Amino acid sequence: MTPAATTFRAPPRATHRHPTTEPPAVRRLLIGIALGFMALFLVLPLVFVFTQAFAKGIEFYFKTLGDANAWNAIKLTLLAAAIAVPLNCVFGVCAAWAIAKFDFRGKNVLLTLIDLPFSVSPVISGLIYVLVFGAQGWLGLYMNADHPKFPWLANWLNEHNIKIIFAVPGIVLATIFVTFPFVARELIPLMQAQGRSEEEAARVLGASGWQTFWRVTVPNIKWGLLYGVILCNARAMGEFGAVSVVSGKIRGQTNTVPLHIEALYDDYNFTGAFAVASLLAFLALITLGLKTWVEHKNAALKEIEVSK
Amino acid sequence: MASKLFRPKKIRVLPGFKLTLGFTLFYLGLIVLIPLAAVFWKTSTLTWPEFWHTITMPTALASYRLTFGASFCAALVNVVFGLIVAWVLVRYEFFGKKIVDALVDLPFALPTAVAGITLAALYSQHGWIGQLLTPLGIKVANTQTGIFIALTFIGLPFIVRTVQPILEDLDPELEEAASSLGANRWQVFWRVILPMLTPALLTGFALAFARALGEYGSVIFIAGNIPMKTQITPVIIMAELDMFDYAKATAIAVVMLVASFALLLTINVLQWWTNRHNTTNLA
Repeated sequence: MTPAATTFRAPPRATHRHPTTEPPAVRRLLIGIALGFMALFLVLPLVFVFTQAFAKGIEFYFKTLGDANAWNAIKLTLLAAAIAVPLNCVFGVCAAWAIAKFDFRGKNVLLTLIDLPFSVSPVISGLIYVLVFGAQGWLGLYMNADHPKFPWLANWLNEHNIKIIFAVPGIVLATIFVTFPFVARELIPLMQAQGRSEEEAARVLGASGWQTFWRVTVPNIKWGLLYGVILCNARAMGEFGAVSVVSGKIRGQTNTVPLHIEALYDDYNFTGAFAVASLLAFLALITLGLKTWVEHKNAALKEIEVSK
Repeated sequence: MASKLFRPKKIRVLPGFKLTLGFTLFYLGLIVLIPLAAVFWKTSTLTWPEFWHTITMPTALASYRLTFGASFCAALVNVVFGLIVAWVLVRYEFFGKKIVDALVDLPFALPTAVAGITLAALYSQHGWIGQLLTPLGIKVANTQTGIFIALTFIGLPFIVRTVQPILEDLDPELEEAASSLGANRWQVFWRVILPMLTPALLTGFALAFARALGEYGSVIFIAGNIPMKTQITPVIIMAELDMFDYAKATAIAVVMLVASFALLLTINVLQWWTNRHNTTNLA
């Protein structure tokens, strides 16, 4: 219903003033401040990475990327992500299924615990694995050849050349830890919002558990899952602090891409460091692009973000 | 109500509860809880005086002051600029808005090491920004200002992404009502809009602050890590680890973990408040 008041003729000055917006000058000023801040803090660094990467020409760029150590770093980073992302995906789906489809006690505690890795400093995320598997660590003690009860364990590990800390398994573990909540925290609110009636209907109509999951649940959550995977992967490939604690930083062996960047930077090979960094910056841009695309595809996702 | 009363409690139509919850707890325990417990196990190998001595050594105390101070200032600056960015993105139309919106998440997506070397090089004496600041007598690289800048960089998305949805859902009628009652635009913002955004702003602030406390990669390159001056707490932990003094490293890690967990609790309370605040507003 239009209130009668609107039929009054407004005084001419007031026609410019809409009650819920600002004068054009203020608007322009605010847009200017926002864009200026973003340009200074976000765009400039991004442009800088790519300009520095090509500062010594294309040839140097590809020489840096074609270097054996760089290749090893890329392979190791891909390996860590290829293990961490699927594992955290399976975990995320399981956790979301248990939490969203059933009622049980202590659900809120479980939710908080799942988010825990996000509030732990990356350095501490690496440290905890050193404390478990390191030479002076919890389990590390049992891997010591001098241990009275399990001397065979150390021998067996040595024979098979298995090391955890300062080796690839440690890097994978630290990567899993820092990317632990990503998929779960996308799926849990999404599946909670969707409720359980569709799955229950499928079951009542005779579908088996797996059929219900694959034909009803998965189509419903695929965008949320993809969203979580994209974020999880970006973090897995870019993690620095946690991995740097457990890696031992042996060039060509236990350096991931971010660690390789640090090594080049410490060698004062700035152009080289930025050349490798440009790969990760490019990955970040792809991540942002995919993320925006998924959000666009599924506006409902954004609604879920609100309640989170 | 009625359906709850009449539904038998123990019958579950959907399968997989034990399997999925079991796996969830197993994986959570294996990856997160047991390793985290190791921190407290390792600390218990220290006596109280040793522990106290470690966490109150001068370099550690200086690092707490720096880490907390710089994180606080960076989060505060982000509250102001984050609010402006969120406001502009929700309320105004301008060219390239979608790209700007997507770019807000860059600090989430850009690996910290890349951000670290980029900021360090940008603000170094001969960097693009550094060379403009040097004649003015402002030094950023290897100073606490540099740490503040790095932490501002990583904190921005937290504020924008918490405020943005609340701002989108704000009922325009409230503003219209305030305006028709004679409030000018500034009064409407200050007395009507801002109070409704306060819980979201506080949550965003706490999230940015919490992230900044633990931040490592984007800070170490620009900080220079000078003891007592530009060493953040994670760097102290790293230094102890490099000397293989795990007990000391762990003691300081405990201080950080306790601070992070306290913040996590605060954030949960704040988020609960934001949601409640929001639903009462809508109702």
